[in-house]
Amino acid sequence: MKKWTALGRAVATCAIVLCSAAARGEPADVCAVPGYLLFGDSLLERVSAAVAKDNTLRIVALGGTSSTLPGPDGANFAYPARLEAALGRRLPGIKVTVAVHTMPRKTAEEMAESIDKLLLDQKPNLVVWQTGTYDAVRGTDPEEFRASVSDGVERLQTGGADVVLVNMQYSPRTESIVAVGAYADSIRWVARGREVPVFDRLAIMRHWYDAGQFDLYKATKDMKTAKSVHDCLGRELGSQIIDAARLESREGTAPRQ
Amino acid sequence: MAPVVQVPAVTTERDLRLDLFRGIALWLIFLDHVPNNILAWFTIRNYGFSDATEIFIFISGYTAAFVYGRAMIDRGFIIAGARILKRTWQIYVAHVFLFSIYIAEIAYVASSFENPLYAEEMNALDFLKNPDVTILQALLLKFKPANMDVLPLYIVLLVMFPAVLWLLIRNASVALAASVALYVATWEFGWNIASYPTGHWFFNPFAWQLLFVFGAWCALGGAARLAPALRSPITMWLAIAYLLFAFGVTLTWYFPRLAFLMPRWLGEWMYPIDKTNLDVLRFAHFLALAALTVRFVPRDWPVLRSPWLRPAVLCGQHSLEIFCLGVFLAFAAHFVMVEFFGGTAMQVLISMVGIAIMVGTALMFSWYKRIEGRRSGTPKRPSDADLAGGEA
Repeated sequence: MKKWTALGRAVATCAIVLCSAAARGEPADVCAVPGYLLFGDSLLERVSAAVAKDNTLRIVALGGTSSTLPGPDGANFAYPARLEAALGRRLPGIKVTVAVHTMPRKTAEEMAESIDKLLLDQKPNLVVWQTGTYDAVRGTDPEEFRASVSDGVERLQTGGADVVLVNMQYSPRTESIVAVGAYADSIRWVARGREVPVFDRLAIMRHWYDAGQFDLYKATKDMKTAKSVHDCLGRELGSQIIDAARLESREGTAPRQ
Repeated sequence: MAPVVQVPAVTTERDLRLDLFRGIALWLIFLDHVPNNILAWFTIRNYGFSDATEIFIFISGYTAAFVYGRAMIDRGFIIAGARILKRTWQIYVAHVFLFSIYIAEIAYVASSFENPLYAEEMNALDFLKNPDVTILQALLLKFKPANMDVLPLYIVLLVMFPAVLWLLIRNASVALAASVALYVATWEFGWNIASYPTGHWFFNPFAWQLLFVFGAWCALGGAARLAPALRSPITMWLAIAYLLFAFGVTLTWYFPRLAFLMPRWLGEWMYPIDKTNLDVLRFAHFLALAALTVRFVPRDWPVLRSPWLRPAVLCGQHSLEIFCLGVFLAFAAHFVMVEFFGGTAMQVLISMVGIAIMVGTALMFSWYKRIEGRRSGTPKRPSDADLAGGEA
């Protein structure tokens, strides 16, 4: 039985390879994201400078529980680790590290307060800051939330790091329970004001869901979908960082227009 | 002390435009509340700063003044005030009813949903662990789950309304000026009501009262005073220009690549556009919409009586019931999409069915009211209540 499954897989793999070879130039990319969901026109100049200067890129992923996955090895499959893998693959010759700083059940305000120490300890060139979900759950004032995020971004920029803001996940099951819209708006406004890019996880995951890429409604303890989603998030985030820092890279995903 | 009634003739014939647009606003609020609904792209919030909430609150203020203003002139402050508070109580009960439905939905989601991807979102269910606090805070209107912010706002506005109406009838300009002053002070000093477990009311009543009082002011003669300004082509072109501007700005939110079109100084001046405190840009957007509507949809427009608009008019005439039904239907729609299938076809189907149920229910309420009126044989009911369908 097992043997047949293995054989089936081998055949399927060959078929996929052949098909993608046939449709050269347009490999089917499950993580594909339409152009209008990308970063926009903000540049990551500190990242460009660090890479140009000494071929290293130190990234810190600061975030809440949705920046990791549960379980003893969950973190290895979460998007920060996948981002590190993706950048390592696509930027040969550059030493890329992604340190993870998860702060479960912390609001943006509490995260912003931890930033000075984080800068001191890690000296990152880029901080990927995911926030908003716990604030939405708690019902923080959107205006206070905006001020906290803005304060955090300012601290990061003053400390010499570029910033990418990551907003909420798209979570269809809890949509009528947790209202995230106002917080997504706040993040967008801070990003606009301080000229930092937003990784629009909310819209991107929603796109994947609408396109039938992932079933995000499913109630399951299985980690399979969660791992694939995080892998895609990491890869997509990597591509957008490469674009925004204008780095020379190997093609890792489908070409986008 | 007879009130100095210079209240310019509160016209006795019901303005169907109010019902029509309130009905449409109720539909839009429903469409917006169904999560991940493709039809929500048709709602006005995606094309400018303001949304259906503004329409709903303005028209509610207008009708409240229309109904209770007459009562206050005819029968005095006490009677009219008591009737307003009775209405407030009904709305409070409706809110608690919706809350119990909400709790049922949450409890269901909590017990049936598990997904390692959404551990952070599941924190939202924590409040089920201490219902003693949560339910009490909900009864105090401090704990307000998602999408259940409008009725508490309405409750506070109506509690304040007897005093506001009293002043409006005596001196409308002073009342409006006081309302503007409260709005300005709210912005200046950051007044709001605290929420549970943290934060403040999503719709700040001290700011949103401006729209409600402005609606009431219009009903008590303000609209007539504004008429010359509304007829002027300058107003029309200003309104059109502003709506186009708002549309352009909104586009840059959905397409970040267009963001370069937006000058930096403009963004700095304009953002954030605060819904909680009814940003001036939102208020102005509503005014522009209203100005164009009044200009192009005359009060005696025959189409208003056409059977095609009848469904929306009916819903607008029973706004409290239909609003609550809409919130419930949005919960139910979410439930159906979670349990069965949430694709585009389903979203369209569910939205259509939801609106059909709203219209059907409104039809039933009208019918019920007609036969009740006939049976009770008390033709001496205050005419205003009938006129406004008991709705304010």
